[in-house]
Amino acid sequence: MQEILAQLPYSSPFLFVDEILNVDSDSIEGKFTFSPDLDFYKGHFKDNPVTPGVILTECMAQIGVVGLGIYLLNQEKKDDLKAKIAMTSSEVEYLKPVYPGETVTVHSEKQYYRFEKLKCRVKMFDSENNLVCRGVIAGMILKDRS
Amino acid sequence: MSEKEILTRLKTIVKPYVQRMEGLNDFQENTDFLNDLEINSANLVDVVLDVEDEFNIEIDNDSMEGMLTVGDAKSIIQRKLSN
Repeated sequence: MQEILAQLPYSSPFLFVDEILNVDSDSIEGKFTFSPDLDFYKGHFKDNPVTPGVILTECMAQIGVVGLGIYLLNQEKKDDLKAKIAMTSSEVEYLKPVYPGETVTVHSEKQYYRFEKLKCRVKMFDSENNLVCRGVIAGMILKDRS
Repeated sequence: MSEKEILTRLKTIVKPYVQRMEGLNDFQENTDFLNDLEINSANLVDVVLDVEDEFNIEIDNDSMEGMLTVGDAKSIIQRKLSN
């Protein structure tokens, strides 16, 4: 699980994963704490910081789709872990606001992984285990065009 | 299964993913999924999975890569159904 964390292709200020809690070939679970110092809170909203929905979606995608995707690629023992990836679709409902300082847990279940496309049903919970958002997110491994 | 029936079922499958409706009105063998129907390559995967379910066949990576037009899809479906 540490290995997955190290292989995530993000860094600050755009890494939204602190820890992978569980993973198997059908599902993954991970955590992230939204530090009150994150830059976007200065502007979203003015004098009323709330985590933007796009950032919640990104957090769900990084843990739920990219994290699980890395695990699946590792299992295939593909050497090209420098593979480029892209989010291809997201359909997310936002049910509760996430305020600065909140620790969220993301749970993702694989719908399918075929033809280099991974599609997952993803849920995010706050520290009191309330469902804050849920949706379906998909990503693909891009063929090298260089 | 007749060619006509395969094409009719295929049209129903692709419909939710089509972004260019003119392409759907002129649905025929040389209709190209990406250019004429403007189905993006990620959604083409969903089309293929729906084809597998509808016709109860399995489509491998090579067949998937050769599936550019409606006619290609029809030939692949026919070949898999006859196996």
